Amino acid sequence: MADLSRDALRDTVIDCILAVAPEADVDALSPGRPWREALEIDSFDFLNILVDLEKRLGVSVPESDYHELATLDGLIDYLERRLAS
Amino acid sequence: MSEFRMPSLGADMESGTLVEWLIRPGERVERGQVVAVVETQKGAIDVEIWEAGSVERLVAEEGQKVPVGEVLALIRGEDEATGRQVPADRHTLEASRAPDLSPPPARAIPETPAAGERLRISPAARKRAAELGLDPAGVSGSGVGGSVTLDDIARAAEAGEPAPSARTAPTTDAHAAMRQAIAAAMARSKREIPHYYLGHTLCVEPALAWLEAHNAERPVAERLIFPVLQLRAVALALEAVPELNGWYRDGAFQPAEGVHLGVAIALRGGGLVAPALHDTDRLSPDAMMTALRDLLTRARKDRLRSSELTAAGLTVTNLGDLGVESVQGVIYPPQVALVGFGCLVERPWVRDGQVVAARCLHASLAADHRVSDGAIGARFLRQLTDHLQEPERLWPT
Repeated sequence: MADLSRDALRDTVIDCILAVAPEADVDALSPGRPWREALEIDSFDFLNILVDLEKRLGVSVPESDYHELATLDGLIDYLERRLAS
Repeated sequence: MSEFRMPSLGADMESGTLVEWLIRPGERVERGQVVAVVETQKGAIDVEIWEAGSVERLVAEEGQKVPVGEVLALIRGEDEATGRQVPADRHTLEASRAPDLSPPPARAIPETPAAGERLRISPAARKRAAELGLDPAGVSGSGVGGSVTLDDIARAAEAGEPAPSARTAPTTDAHAAMRQAIAAAMARSKREIPHYYLGHTLCVEPALAWLEAHNAERPVAERLIFPVLQLRAVALALEAVPELNGWYRDGAFQPAEGVHLGVAIALRGGGLVAPALHDTDRLSPDAMMTALRDLLTRARKDRLRSSELTAAGLTVTNLGDLGVESVQGVIYPPQVALVGFGCLVERPWVRDGQVVAARCLHASLAADHRVSDGAIGARFLRQLTDHLQEPERLWPT
């Protein structure tokens, strides 16, 4: 898993988001802006996305790290870091 | 012999289409069993029966549009000797429900559907498609959330060729129907209910610390979300101030039996439903999370139950996830109050004479002035905010 490229990681993240919000226009998303509000992802959807990410990547995100996941870039950076460590 | 009738699943419902029978003549039915699927303006609803017995005869046919109150089936009751009839009025039905009746077992639903399994279709539509040899995946859904309905299958069969994709946006028909239902309810609310509004901003750092501690040792799938604490606080406040838990009917307040909070849920693709979370006040944190997960999942899959559309004595709306700071809500008639929560915002807060940065939340109450006055509303809101500010009081051990 640790050698997953950034693009592949991004695809995985987007897959997980689309599984919860099939109609989400992910392409229109600005990578540096808060994605949850833009895609109307509530706390329940967010939890489901984290469950899915854990299943696919083996990364369990503690609640104290949630603030690092606010933007799509931040989320991918965070996962990259966790996978590398 | 008792008559099982088309229930009223909302103040403005006139009729519903029976899409599927889940029972057969001769079969035994239990109280609370889901026996039929009915399509309404609010989507497909699993309709429960509140009398145990055996099915004598199915009167209505699948696909038939049936007015509210018309007979759907005849049930031979267990206490047949008394010749007692089931009341057709849903208010009586709800009132006669034992408050400790445990909700029917939840349908097994995969928590995160695998890609490619996302086709939304009612069981009746799926069955009909199979009969016609149609692939439902190729049929464009006009139901809530883009679900494929019986009508869509009929249209596709008539057209002779399937529409290009099941995931195209729902047609304006389903949207228009739900919009109309919301419009009717909200217009009635604003026309008839003299709303008054109260609001309070509170610091939620203690509640968030409680939540983080609770979740710290748990895998993601078993964690709680903040709305569980909000719902709990509302449920406890309602126990303390029952004047806001119930309905205004025929010129008088009718208290609800038990605390069943309506949870406003925005549907993807537009629209809104506010089904009841049964016995909100009796649920442990984990049980509430499970019940909430089940309710949200079914609401979005178009599989709510009839009792969930009628049982709520007060509704809670949470617009915080959309970045809204405060809500002045519109009461769902015939309910008499609505609680609104905004988002968590970091604000300067004074604690022990010091200004600190703290996450804050705005809680609001919209209430019916025919039933309660500001003093009662204030007492309720105080209870609510006290519980949220002292989270150890939420589930005292």
